[in-house]
Amino acid sequence: MAGSEHKGVGRRKFIKETAAGAAGMAGGAGAAGAAESAQERHEHDHDHQVVPDDIALRVRALESILVEKEMIDPAALDAVVDAYENRIGPRNGAQVVARAWTDPEYKARLLADGTAAIGEFGFLGAQGEHMVVVENTPEVHNLVVCTLCSCYPWPTLGLPPVWYKSAPYRARAVIEPRAVLREFGVELPDDVEVRVWDSTAEIRYLVLPEQPAGTEGLSEEALAELVSRDSMIGVARVAAPPESAA
Amino acid sequence: MNDLPDGIHDMGGMGGMGPVEPEPDEPVFHEPWEGRVYALRRLLVPWGLGGNWGSFRFAQERVPAVDYLRFSYYERWFTALVDVLRANGVVSETELTRGVADPEAPVPARRERPPRAPLGFGLLDFDVPARFRVGDTVRGRTVPPPGHSRLPRYTQGKCGRVVRDNGVYALQDTDRRGQQLGDFPQHVYTVRFTSRELWGARGAERDTVYVELWEDYLERA
Repeated sequence: MAGSEHKGVGRRKFIKETAAGAAGMAGGAGAAGAAESAQERHEHDHDHQVVPDDIALRVRALESILVEKEMIDPAALDAVVDAYENRIGPRNGAQVVARAWTDPEYKARLLADGTAAIGEFGFLGAQGEHMVVVENTPEVHNLVVCTLCSCYPWPTLGLPPVWYKSAPYRARAVIEPRAVLREFGVELPDDVEVRVWDSTAEIRYLVLPEQPAGTEGLSEEALAELVSRDSMIGVARVAAPPESAA
Repeated sequence: MNDLPDGIHDMGGMGGMGPVEPEPDEPVFHEPWEGRVYALRRLLVPWGLGGNWGSFRFAQERVPAVDYLRFSYYERWFTALVDVLRANGVVSETELTRGVADPEAPVPARRERPPRAPLGFGLLDFDVPARFRVGDTVRGRTVPPPGHSRLPRYTQGKCGRVVRDNGVYALQDTDRRGQQLGDFPQHVYTVRFTSRELWGARGAERDTVYVELWEDYLERA
């Protein structure tokens, strides 16, 4: 425990060291003074109303405090960032979609029990524990939103884009999905039913987009290349490859 | 303080928000600190500090409306994270300002589950009777109690049809201070609302909205 290691370090020494630490972090003379005035400012604020100015500095401060307390391992932080920047993303979902397009039995399993079928790829875990896959057809177009916050299937799509978490998308997707889709370039005829899925509880949704015409002969790998993140949220169609590769 | 469930975060159906603005080739994190905030929050789960979604979401919902709209997503996460850590005595404002841990501050005990919510998050293998069946017509309750809730304002007082029983989950609601109320394991239903029921003339004839709702949020219609 961090507490026992620091046994014997007195309050006065702590304050002296911390002032130096803050100065070092801000990287210049006068930074300690700036830190003092920042503290003063925060003390005048009420709880929950701290405007995160200098946020990069404050995040670094929080990280180093938690590392010092031995609550967090910085290497583990690096690993989480690396996983979401490089491995856990929409390429995972695209593989699921491509398999569903090429293997009718897999597609049937996917639509019957999304969690189990996605689990065949191993794309489960945080925010992907309970998956439902909804299929776009010529009659039905599905669109996924989280009006209350930012719920999104992390293991299959990674972390959501800013627009998905933004006020305009969250406010409008449920009341005027067709207008939102139009802005994304998807025009739907009146006789198509638009189904909006608001992720309010613990189910996370993946849209199975329609396979573009003329791609029937393509391999699973080639098809996965065509599948965009937006098509699996439901705000885009999957476009056929520019040249008829089939 | 914002302690009502239908605060600014409860955005479904609001007007005046402007166009959706996708960013081409958007990076996963726009700044390195965003990734650190995300990872910190994830790694605090085993300490019982991040795993309670209700409390963490409520901490975001309590950000005043003007700031909620102005802050970027990870600014909100950071504000909420600091809020939760301070409320639990993990860090002090002095430590945050100075950027160094106070050696005299006690380190919290590691715990897998936050207090008062031992069932946590996720589908439960519990035999709880279901009040509603697929095909039943239900109505979203009005005026949910203060605190965190997952009942969107736009469903309150509106009728829909149960299309799926998703099984039993622990309620994630909190009291007005952000403490999770307890577990209250109950069925979560997917309820299909017609666009016309929700939005009247502004709705579209064929369109529908599917919402997952805990049993406590519903009454028979």
